[in-house]
Formats: sequence, structure tokens, C-alpha cells
Amino acid sequence: MKKFPFLVFALTLLPAAAYADDYVLTLKDHQFSPAELVLPANQKVKMTVKNQQATPAEFESADLNREKVVGANDEVTVFLGPLDPGTYGYFDDLHRETTGKITVK
Amino acid sequence: MLGALVIVFRETMEAGLIISIVLAATKGVTGRGLWVSYGIAGGILGACLVALFTRSISAALEGMGQEIFNASVLSLAVIMLIGHNVWMSRHGREMADKMKTLGEAVVKGASSFLALAVVIGISVLREGSEVVLFLYGIAIAANDGPLMMIAGGTGGLALGACMSTLLYLGLLHIPTRHLFKVTSIMLALLAAGMAAQAIAFLQQAQVVDILTSAVWNTSGFLSETSIPGRALHTLIGYTDRPNGLQLIVYSVTLSTIYVLMRLFGQPVAAKGAI
Repeated sequence: MKKFPFLVFALTLLPAAAYADDYVLTLKDHQFSPAELVLPANQKVKMTVKNQQATPAEFESADLNREKVVGANDEVTVFLGPLDPGTYGYFDDLHRETTGKITVK
Repeated sequence: MLGALVIVFRETMEAGLIISIVLAATKGVTGRGLWVSYGIAGGILGACLVALFTRSISAALEGMGQEIFNASVLSLAVIMLIGHNVWMSRHGREMADKMKTLGEAVVKGASSFLALAVVIGISVLREGSEVVLFLYGIAIAANDGPLMMIAGGTGGLALGACMSTLLYLGLLHIPTRHLFKVTSIMLALLAAGMAAQAIAFLQQAQVVDILTSAVWNTSGFLSETSIPGRALHTLIGYTDRPNGLQLIVYSVTLSTIYVLMRLFGQPVAAKGAI
């Protein structure tokens, strides 16, 4: 972070984390699990994407307007919502055949 | 090998299209090749650093480091593009006239072109870091072998460079008196698209949390993740599901550039026709 001092100011703008549940999406052997993650509708959700592979990945979803690189054996936080009920697709942008679905109800 | 080819191709194409526009926009400027090379070299170095520090960047700023980093470098590129366009609105005519009477490569480079080198550096950094991560991933997985990876990577690089060269050659067909008008419009659209993307990253980090619903959806017509969709995304900021704030930021950026170019442009217009 020292390398990007101009970013530090933004820290003060970040929303305070006030999320009741933490939803987890795990990427292993080029498969997301759970295959169909269920999230609650109309509320903010904090989702953790864990990459348990030796290779980097990029969680990307046009449906959710999200894209985020997840390093090898690393995890990232993705804030979502409030979302309307429905099904949202996502994929690993570095391995496009690796896809998954999120159901919001 | 196909994976490496596709990823390297699409990232090279995205950065390459921007380099092509910049090269066309600096036609006739002495020493531009050097600046462009510095931009590319700096971008590659930056891409390696970003890939190397992925973990620290992600973990920074309460986990939102990636989004804020992307939004910041994109904003910097937007400011550089606006600066250059305003400068060109003042000097573009002059440059075109000199080039017509004295031939090419007569215009001394100005600091404005340094701004464009920064834009190139940022584009190469953003696209390149994905390539580095991906190739590193294949190298680790090692189910393909290094030769296949090099073959795929080189093929992708060549294809991406071809696409960009085609755009550049196409732009060079524009008569000199219109060229800088066209490149200014293209750079303005580039800036608007980057600004809309920057705001999308701030929305993803929920730093800005308004107007997040998609206003329309054209993914059935042209998906943003297809190759033509990606090219358009780079060139004009095409997004298949733009949200309200992205549309506002896009329009505000374009209007700002227009107003600034009007306001600061053409002080020498009185010199009239040549």
C-alpha cells in the first residue's frame, strides 16, 4: 500500500463493514462450489471468493457487474446487492469454461 | 495453447487499439516513437509489479484495494486524455497545416504527448497484468508445456498486433486536415469509456453506491465478453448492461471535454484560412 499513497485517502470513503453473514464461494480444481450459491434478495451481501488452486483466477460476472482477480491460494471479498431475486451467472475470466450460478431469493 | 492464444490476443488487442489511436493522434510529431516505447515499457514493468503484488493490492483498503487501484489508474488516464484533447484543440490545426506544407515529422513534441505516453502505460499495465497472471498460472499448472505456452502467447501477441496495425493503417487513410479531428473524437470516447469503467469499480467497492441498476441490456445483441464486444468496450466504452451512474459519468465526461475544447481551443483561429 505504501506504493500507492494516492489511494490511501480513499480508505476514509470505504463503507463500514456491517454484514451479518459471510457467503463463501470456493474455487478448486477449476470448479466453483457450491455450484449454485443462494443469496438473500434485497439486502447487501458480503461474499468471499476463495481460490484454492495453485493458479490465479478472475471472478467475473456481467450479470452482477463484478470483476476481481483472485491470486493463487488467496481469497477476496466481493460486496453485492441489494439484488433482485433471480439467477446470476459468473465465470473465471482466466479460464472461461469454469462457470457458476448464484440464485437470489 | 488455445487458452494462452485467446487471452494474450484479447489483452494485446485492447491495449493495442489504444496505442494505434495514440500513434495516429501524434502523426508528424518528432520523437513520438520513443515516447510510445517508454509508455509500453513502463506498462509492461507495471503489469509485472501489479501481478506480483496481486495479493497485497487485494488485501489493501479493507479488501477493496483492487477496485480502488483500477479506478485510480483509469481516472489518471482520463485526466491525461482530457488534457491532451484540450491541448490539441489549440494546436491541432497548426500541426495539420505544418504537416501539409513541410511534410511529416516536423512538429516538436510537447508535454501533451507525455500525457499520451502515460495513457499507453496505464493501458498496457491493466491488460498486461492479466496476461502475466494467466501465463504464470499456465507455467505453474504445467499441463501444456512451455513450448505450447510460448506458441500460444506469441500467436496471440501477433494477432492482437495485427488488429491494432489494421486500425492504425485505417486511420492513416484519413486526410491530414481531418485526422486530428477524428483522433480527438476517438480519444474523447476513450476517455468517456474509461471514466464509466472507473466509476463502475467504485460501485463494485461500494464506495459510490447509487444508480447501480442496469438501464438496458444489449448482451443478447452484442456480448461485452465477445471479441467484438471487447474491442468496442475499449474504443468507445461499450457495456452491454450500463447502469445509471455509468451513463451519467460517460455523458458528463464527453460534455466536459467538448466544453473545455471550446473554451480553450482555437486562439489562433483569427489567423484564418491558409
